[in-house]
Amino acid sequence: MQNYIIRRVLLLIPTFLLLTIMVFLIIRLMPGSVIDLMVIQRSGQQVGQDVMDVDALRKIMGLDKPFFVSYWDWLSGYLTGDMGKSYWTYRSVTTDVLERLPVTVELGILAFVIAQIIAIPVGILAAIRQDSIGDYVVRSIAIIGVAMPAFWLGTMVMVFPSIWWGWAPPERFIPITENFGLNMQQFLIPAIIMGFGMAGLEIRMLRTTMLDVLRQDYVRTAWSKGLRERTVLIRHVFRNAAIPVVTIISGQIGVVIGGAVIMEQIFNIPGMGRLFLEAIFSRDYPYIVSMNALFSTVGLVIILLTDLSYAWLDPRIRYS
Amino acid sequence: MTETTVKTPATPKKHSLFADFFKRLVKEKPLGTLGALILIVMLIAAVGANFIAPYDPVESALKDRLAPPSIQHLMGTDNLGRDQFTRIIYGARISLYIGLGASLLNVVVATLLGLISGYVGGLLDLFVQRFVDLALSIPSLIILITLVGIIGSGWWQITLVMGINGGILWTRVVRSAVISIKSNVYLESARAIGGTLWQIIFRHIFPNIMPIMVIIFSVSIAGNIMAEAGLSFLGLGVPPPTPSWGGMLSAEGRRWMYEAWWLAIFPGLVLTIVVYGVNMWGDAVRDILDPRLRGGIGRYGAAVKRQQLGEKTS
Repeated sequence: MQNYIIRRVLLLIPTFLLLTIMVFLIIRLMPGSVIDLMVIQRSGQQVGQDVMDVDALRKIMGLDKPFFVSYWDWLSGYLTGDMGKSYWTYRSVTTDVLERLPVTVELGILAFVIAQIIAIPVGILAAIRQDSIGDYVVRSIAIIGVAMPAFWLGTMVMVFPSIWWGWAPPERFIPITENFGLNMQQFLIPAIIMGFGMAGLEIRMLRTTMLDVLRQDYVRTAWSKGLRERTVLIRHVFRNAAIPVVTIISGQIGVVIGGAVIMEQIFNIPGMGRLFLEAIFSRDYPYIVSMNALFSTVGLVIILLTDLSYAWLDPRIRYS
Repeated sequence: MTETTVKTPATPKKHSLFADFFKRLVKEKPLGTLGALILIVMLIAAVGANFIAPYDPVESALKDRLAPPSIQHLMGTDNLGRDQFTRIIYGARISLYIGLGASLLNVVVATLLGLISGYVGGLLDLFVQRFVDLALSIPSLIILITLVGIIGSGWWQITLVMGINGGILWTRVVRSAVISIKSNVYLESARAIGGTLWQIIFRHIFPNIMPIMVIIFSVSIAGNIMAEAGLSFLGLGVPPPTPSWGGMLSAEGRRWMYEAWWLAIFPGLVLTIVVYGVNMWGDAVRDILDPRLRGGIGRYGAAVKRQQLGEKTS
């Protein structure tokens, strides 16, 4: 087991390097765009002024350095907690990210919790009451939840309450530390929309694996021993149905981050997703590289934790 | 001699395979058939947009701006007076062309990398698997935003980025199939009689992974259509005035939705119906061609079959 963990951790390192080198490389192969943007903006604002010195700009941004020198600069900075400075505002990327991170984490946790609150009981009920009306209703809603784009649902939730009742979410962002109630007013709706989408997939998966486990011999044995329904379901069925569900849940961390980008855009929440999009539109490369690195670091750790949780859930993996 | 004996029974079988597939689709998978019909309608809309659409998708007609749905404008008009029904028909083009193109590329990339990874193995496999880990570790939407944001958001750029990213994610499915085929005796004998690498790949491995390739293609379409719509929604899709369903719901359109509810409803509704249909189609193709790929659902299917058999015999 120990060797297995060490091997897994060691394999994460090349993956991380590969990603950051690739993002760096693509930026290097498609240079100029941020400089073009700056030149366009500056010359557009002050007509008559000479076009800026492109070489000087490139030097300021460090785009003139050899590839591996600037990569090494960035990597050593990233590992020591300094992710560079914005091309446009000269703000520290680390400060900005740390400021936005709690917002997205809060949104993500809320969405995640809501998804579990919906998916686990509904998935179990749909399985143990298979082919009942409730089961059909749940399955249909789950399929729609998968097919319905979150950005459409979010748009409708923004538009229709406003048309019908003149309701609108608070305009200014309120941190959770300032006012819990108002903060929840802002976060709960996007979190429910994200959670609904995530729950759809999870319900389908949980239902089918539960049905599979319910027909196993050891479950029949548990029933015939005269155990209570709750004991059978929780101790014998749910625990065995949980492994594929853990895979789905860990895959949904990506859905959470992707969903946060879209929800923050619709509901005007200043989180990581908005920061990332702003960086993309202004070609602010230090943000783009560092945030990609950050997202993938999170993702890699989650992949690792998922693998380890299999071992925890299924002793057969642990002993082999 | 062996060639003739192999070929004769194979040729008529190949012919019925296709018909068989559709027969089973219609008979066993009503939702999958519905999905196929939705896909066909979309295909007709995309290819024949010039003939079907009642108005011009780009030209503005300001006197008709923000007109509610009526006989003249089935889905109303937008802030520039453009007929929304027309724009949705033309929008099918982006969704379909990018959706199908990216899915095709998914198959090519997944097959290529899966073959290398599974058949050659060794260090090359280790290297390819790092790419898979990479694509798994970072949310697809973030990769797509990053690459499209840097490379540019034209038709081929989006198709390329989505095709490669999705293809890498599918690599493991092809890889494990290739590994299991590799251990077959007939492959060993093919190698023993001096079959070249290409002969082995095209004669022996390809026919075996063909169903998986079809599955990857069918199952990917829905996700690719959704991803393209998401990019367009965020303002990273094929730039306006080209109509796309995601773009119609984006910030630009949202400003007018408070006055014109039909702008908020129809593009999303069409997108949802299409994604639903294509999803059902993909699931049906997978179930018919290779039920094992269903994961949990597959084993459940087997369990049910076992139970039904048991009930019949008892």
